[in-house]
Amino acid sequence: MSMNNQGRPTGTGTAGFASTSGSALLPNEPLLFEIGDTEHSGVDLPDVTISTDRLGGFERKTPLDLAGLTEPEAMRHYVRLSRLNHSIDSGMYPLGSCTMKHNPRLNEKMARLPGFSDIHPLQPVSTVQGALELMEQLSHWLMTLTNTAAVALTPKAGAHGELLGMMAIKAAQEHAGQGHRKIVLVPESAHGTNPATAAFLGYTVKAVPAREDGTVDVQAVKDALSPEVAAIMLTNPNTCGLFEPQVIEIAAAVHEAGAFFYCDGANFNAIMGVVRPGDLGIDAMHINLHKTFSTPHGGGGPGAGPVVLSEALAPFAPVPFVRKGQNGLELVEHATGKVLGRITAFQGQMGMYVRALTYMLSHGGDGLAQAAQDAVLNANYIKARLQHIFSVPFPDYPTMHEALFDDSFLKDSGVTTLDFAKALIDEGFHPMTMYFPLVVHGAMLIEPTESESKQTLDRFCDVMEELAQDAKSGNKKRFTAAPMKAPRRRLDETRAARTPILKWERPAV
Amino acid sequence: MRYLPHSEAERAEMLGVIGAANFDALFSAVPAGALKSFDLGLPAHSPEFLVEAHMKALAGKNRSGGDGPFFVGAGAYRHHVPATVDHLIQRSEWLTAYTPYQPEISQGTLQMLFEFQTQVAKLTGMDVANASLYDGSTGTAEAVLMARRLTKRNKIVLSGGLHPHYRDVVKAYLKDDADLECLSASPEGQGDILDHIDETTAAIVIQTPDFYGHLRNMKAAADAAHAKGALLIVVITEVVSLGLLEAPGALGADIVVAEGQSIGNALNFGGPYLGLLATRKEFIRQMPGRICGETVDAEGQRGFVLTLSTREQHIRREKATSNICTNSGLCALAFSIHMALLGEAGFTRLARLNHAQACKLADALATVSGVEVLNTSFFNEMTIRTSQPAASLIERLAKRGILAGVPVSRLEPSDPSVNNLIVLAATELTTDSDISALVVALSEELA
Repeated sequence: MSMNNQGRPTGTGTAGFASTSGSALLPNEPLLFEIGDTEHSGVDLPDVTISTDRLGGFERKTPLDLAGLTEPEAMRHYVRLSRLNHSIDSGMYPLGSCTMKHNPRLNEKMARLPGFSDIHPLQPVSTVQGALELMEQLSHWLMTLTNTAAVALTPKAGAHGELLGMMAIKAAQEHAGQGHRKIVLVPESAHGTNPATAAFLGYTVKAVPAREDGTVDVQAVKDALSPEVAAIMLTNPNTCGLFEPQVIEIAAAVHEAGAFFYCDGANFNAIMGVVRPGDLGIDAMHINLHKTFSTPHGGGGPGAGPVVLSEALAPFAPVPFVRKGQNGLELVEHATGKVLGRITAFQGQMGMYVRALTYMLSHGGDGLAQAAQDAVLNANYIKARLQHIFSVPFPDYPTMHEALFDDSFLKDSGVTTLDFAKALIDEGFHPMTMYFPLVVHGAMLIEPTESESKQTLDRFCDVMEELAQDAKSGNKKRFTAAPMKAPRRRLDETRAARTPILKWERPAV
Repeated sequence: MRYLPHSEAERAEMLGVIGAANFDALFSAVPAGALKSFDLGLPAHSPEFLVEAHMKALAGKNRSGGDGPFFVGAGAYRHHVPATVDHLIQRSEWLTAYTPYQPEISQGTLQMLFEFQTQVAKLTGMDVANASLYDGSTGTAEAVLMARRLTKRNKIVLSGGLHPHYRDVVKAYLKDDADLECLSASPEGQGDILDHIDETTAAIVIQTPDFYGHLRNMKAAADAAHAKGALLIVVITEVVSLGLLEAPGALGADIVVAEGQSIGNALNFGGPYLGLLATRKEFIRQMPGRICGETVDAEGQRGFVLTLSTREQHIRREKATSNICTNSGLCALAFSIHMALLGEAGFTRLARLNHAQACKLADALATVSGVEVLNTSFFNEMTIRTSQPAASLIERLAKRGILAGVPVSRLEPSDPSVNNLIVLAATELTTDSDISALVVALSEELA
């Protein structure tokens, strides 16, 4: 199986080894299919002959054409690839609204205990009592921290949790003969998943404008409420980094109108142990375990999005869930009564439950509160250090977990926010979130989290200041040509979308 | 507090820079009364060795797969994961990276996803794959919604052989939808879904091997669906089967959904898993989830980016293809590494080994008085009918140290006709002595 293109990039328009990533210790890494072949394997398995197969005549006739690597080759391929990634362990990740905090390795070690990792979702319940106990303990922590009546653990990600929470609201209203309520209020600053979730369930989305100060106006909510409104989906702390000061009044108005209050809990890390969302009047809120309780994000997931529920919504929690029975803990696997059906095949993200509970126990209730305070402290510190250059669109309140600036300092410089962010890469930092929230023109959203030391924050702020001065002084090229020191220069995203190449094709010989 | 970097002096200094008197000043937007330094009644922080002891005690109350003979399948399979896979996915640069929103410094993740998409497309025989979904069950629901968008028709027919949990997830996603037709299970063979296709049908959904282990004729299903302008969605819960069975793409499938857990990922009591979704080229703009694409950088070098994001919620908001905002990146990495280690040669051997052990299991079970093997065709999983109710039999076998499979009644409690059925799986980890132990125990319990 010789490859005529071995070790060389094959993509359209490539020019062989170029300067950016051509350093000796950071070589270009060919694709798996360019270094492997169908004969090599890194797994030693006996080759069995089956005398009488039972495949019913459906055996494979088309070749798989799957490239294989020996173990040492695989090790190098994936180690080399890994080095082309920025990660929280290699540097700061100030992505607002995305929340990358330290991922303790104890979490990983515990998740790999065979008693957690090597148990099957359908083995007899009597043989997994420890797993059910763990789910109960995690539920206890989540309900205590939020002061809510119930929790549905199973959603597989924050957006999946949103879907479940809104399904519960829909079910509750249909049960109460309120199925005609077809409008969901979503503030303009919401995460994109909020309107997508509401629309997914057949609701009409009605935007609620933000006030001048970046928060939601209780009067605007009251004006938007009607007997047709099913719920409001409000993020608190919101995506501008602000705690909604009138959240209790908003909740009261929403309840008064017969609607529910879905809270997007993506930013719960800012208030855990300090403010209990149940005290604010929420009916449902998802909690991103990776954001708040340090489960690793692994380049995009898996997530885990348990949803806490108020008394009113508790009866609608989906299966499966754990309850105490006569012979220990039971797993309720079938919907009866008001219970929603099933939103995922099995018990949800057990591997993530183990990591989250490990983190909770390590921190304790006291430590979680301290972590929230430090996250808020760090965001406000960045705001305080940078506000003389980067203007703050909503200065009236202290920021919570993230500092929001806009790009007005770049006016007439010929440098865009995107250019500025790419220049940050050359300084060793992952860029901040840009152009979000949408309510701020040229938004730059910075979330340091509680993991960052003062020293790191100072270095980050120094670099931000230095870059801003440089942009203003007209050194355009540093920005428009950036990044210059990353494994790749600026990538052509338009081309990728216009002529999609989504898999490797064997080049014509 | 070993994870928090500040000293008290640093905190005070930082509050000074901010101009805040104390921490409460930072929370001044919180309404009075809602901000509490209350005692939550939760335990205080704990040293590493105590946390470890607590978690080990919980883990110790579970029977893990390696503790004895194990035949549990039904949508999640116990396979060996090479040590290399787990070592590599724990490298910081993989484990602690975020979504690759900045492609220039995320080429590792992006190239891996491009390779993963290629592997999934090849496995399934389809043109394109996405960068993974939550799991096979939610992937099936997404595929159903995708088929509706593509055909602009509403009716969906689910085969009776579809995993009952997957059926339930589709039902929850399409709540109270009159156009969803769920055929009843047919443990003994092929129910005829083909009679249920008409001009209003968007798609039929068929699992193969199905929940009971039977292999299904995809070619006939594809032809029947296409004749009426409907799509065929093929669901696979055991991807190892693709090492021996014909690729659904070669048989005419329009959308293939699979649970990828079997390759590279542990059982984990049900999650995290990863959903594989592959389809035909012309359908990519209706494909949900993340997609990675090849492009070039400013110097003309090959590079990779997340692409076609105009379908996604962060751009289209309420008009988005789905509300999905993530994928199973780390699980996809584990899948991709394990698949690269196997290669075609290893993957085929793995599949053959699984099938060989299952053949031995079927032959051994057929010798037990009071056991009837229902399958004529299977890959690594089969259904038996026992002379006694299955649920209590499974419990008794568990007490004897054997996890002997899944009583179908656990998944279909309202159908008394399945009370004596057990679904069992064998994998490469099933030994001959495991099979002997099961046969002995079953014979004694059924005597």
